[in-house]
Amino acid sequence: MAYAQNIGATRYVFSDLKDLLAKATPERSGDCLAGIAAQTAEERMAAKLALADVPLKTFLSETVIPYESDEITRLILDEHNAQAFLPIAHLTVGDFRNWLLSDAATSEVLAAASPGITPEMAAAVSKIMRNQDLILVARKCRVVTRFRNTIGLPGRLSVRLQPNHPTDDPKGIAASMLDGLLYGSGDAVVGINPATDSIGALTTLVTMLDEVIQRYEIPTQSCVLTHVTNSIQMIERGAPVDLVFQSIAGTEQANAGFGINLAVLAEAHEAALSLKRGTMGNDVMYFETGQGSALSANANHGVDQQTCEARAYAVARKFKPLLVNTVVGFIGPEYLYDGKQIIRAGLEDHFCGKLLGLPLGCDVCYTNHAEADQDDMDTLLTLLGTAGITFIMGVPGADDIMLNYQSTSFHDALYLRRVLGLRHAPEYEAWLEKMRIIDASGALLETTARHPLLASMLPTKEIS
Amino acid sequence: MSEITRLDPWQELKQFTAARIAVGRTGASQPTEAVLAFGVAHAQARDAVHLPFEVDTLRRQLEELDFSTLTVHSAADSRSTYLRRPDLGRSLSEASIAELAACPEKGADIVFMVGDGLSSKAIHRNALPFLLEARGHLEQAGFSIGPVVLAKQARVALGDGVGELLQARIVVVLIGERPGLSSPDSMGLYLTWQPRTGRMDSERNCISNIRPEGLPYPEAVRKLEWLIKEASRLQLTGVGLKDQSDLLPDA
Repeated sequence: MAYAQNIGATRYVFSDLKDLLAKATPERSGDCLAGIAAQTAEERMAAKLALADVPLKTFLSETVIPYESDEITRLILDEHNAQAFLPIAHLTVGDFRNWLLSDAATSEVLAAASPGITPEMAAAVSKIMRNQDLILVARKCRVVTRFRNTIGLPGRLSVRLQPNHPTDDPKGIAASMLDGLLYGSGDAVVGINPATDSIGALTTLVTMLDEVIQRYEIPTQSCVLTHVTNSIQMIERGAPVDLVFQSIAGTEQANAGFGINLAVLAEAHEAALSLKRGTMGNDVMYFETGQGSALSANANHGVDQQTCEARAYAVARKFKPLLVNTVVGFIGPEYLYDGKQIIRAGLEDHFCGKLLGLPLGCDVCYTNHAEADQDDMDTLLTLLGTAGITFIMGVPGADDIMLNYQSTSFHDALYLRRVLGLRHAPEYEAWLEKMRIIDASGALLETTARHPLLASMLPTKEIS
Repeated sequence: MSEITRLDPWQELKQFTAARIAVGRTGASQPTEAVLAFGVAHAQARDAVHLPFEVDTLRRQLEELDFSTLTVHSAADSRSTYLRRPDLGRSLSEASIAELAACPEKGADIVFMVGDGLSSKAIHRNALPFLLEARGHLEQAGFSIGPVVLAKQARVALGDGVGELLQARIVVVLIGERPGLSSPDSMGLYLTWQPRTGRMDSERNCISNIRPEGLPYPEAVRKLEWLIKEASRLQLTGVGLKDQSDLLPDA
């Protein structure tokens, strides 16, 4: 159905719901590339005005991608919880924003409503929210997950330790991992992006991580971020797989581009659950997403990239993940052109993910062909910290030498903890204290060369 | 380093990785030296993105070594268009389509496309020595190699159209990866069975970070040869072809 809005003497018409959503989206290069963005600033505001009047119920009857041709649309509608939706069923998108920001929408109320909120509803309301709205509502959403520790408690921030090496050299990876552990990083996961996708090399990596975690009784989990079918093969060969990773997108066709569908994710989920390696809980999936992935696979169906991203969260929440990471600036300037667009997208993704009940973290990052720099990353990092981000990345010096992009450093995590008073996951905090890496206040202690991690991780090497 | 900052007592671990480890700290922050060194690297990587592909030089070098070559251009006519319009970087220009269609050397087992991607620097440095190494091994294994196609303002999927027009069984795309702070010259390789326009990324196999400081040429060629043999046996590339080049046959 078509939507229309007058501003002064001009009448703006939007052909359907996905056109309205696209035109209401804050400007970004990916939607311009797709040819679906608003042509003028006034058209964008007309779309926002029209969108604010759309009843939330409309999203249950008008789909952005047909039910018949897309399994994610089917997942969203088939698993929609009508009971949870009841308290907000009478609202328009405009009043949904008011409700989310109201004092009545407490953490408990938001959590109860979450299964009644579809990705498209979350995306729609985000488009008429300012950055401060996205921060305020996301901060109220609480999502707690568990494997070998407890992630997402209020006042806590976790960090994925990302010790990548361009050739997967075990000593190179161990050196970066040690650096991160001694800076207090690693409570979300120790996760390697491998350079190879050969099963033998992947198994070597996951075994090495497992040995370190066991030897030092580190209350954390490991992950080798390889294709889900590789993880299934590793599990079949008896490899010690903690978390199963997969990149996911918000359309069936885009997921086909990743070589996955819901069935193969379910198979991997079952395989990982069967190992029963968690001690505190059994949330075993680690997903990564990012605006632009559907368009990049020519599989966006005319839907704007932020709505596609929110739809990926429907895939994620089906499998009760431990961690979901929006790798916001990795995809490049053709989707998010500069620091301003990357910052906005990071806040939108975090808000939508949390509202939909997911443990959203963010890889606050950019590439060297984007118009962005460290100052932009500091801004987004600080904003996400105030919004209650579940976890961020920890990369030595913020420079990932394998994936060739800039993320956040171990020092960046220290900065955020200090400026906002954020603590580690509780079990990890206790381990860091026991290992004399932090003191009781959470501050980093001075490490000596005789620290047990240093002394025995490379036993044959004299460390001066 | 200044007396105000704390030196991490694990400096010797730096021998194992080029990652920015053991940078020390002042309070919670990086020391001045580390912050400025990062700034220099970022400036260099930014410049590498915009360095033009010296395609004539590479063509001359290849022809001196008895490679036949073709030069093509994507539909992106400038660097700034290329950066904003990846769709154009995946399509051949009209003139290039005509030139490839008219090429008499068709139907080879393997066609190499060499594209600038996001770092011409990577191609200037790595393409020639890699191709020399690869040609020897692949010809010895009985594969025929078609013309080397040099492609300007290219993205990976441009190879689909190139391979299709040259009727290649496999297209191997060598391309400049996005420059990193520590590696502005890293070359990627993408292998696609029966290339044709519209192939999905899940239908390719990738070998990344090919350069002397990363994956050295002989090892990269060994992987490529293994993948090509497997692709020929299974009649496919992509997620259905797992790289097990490092496993023993019975493992």
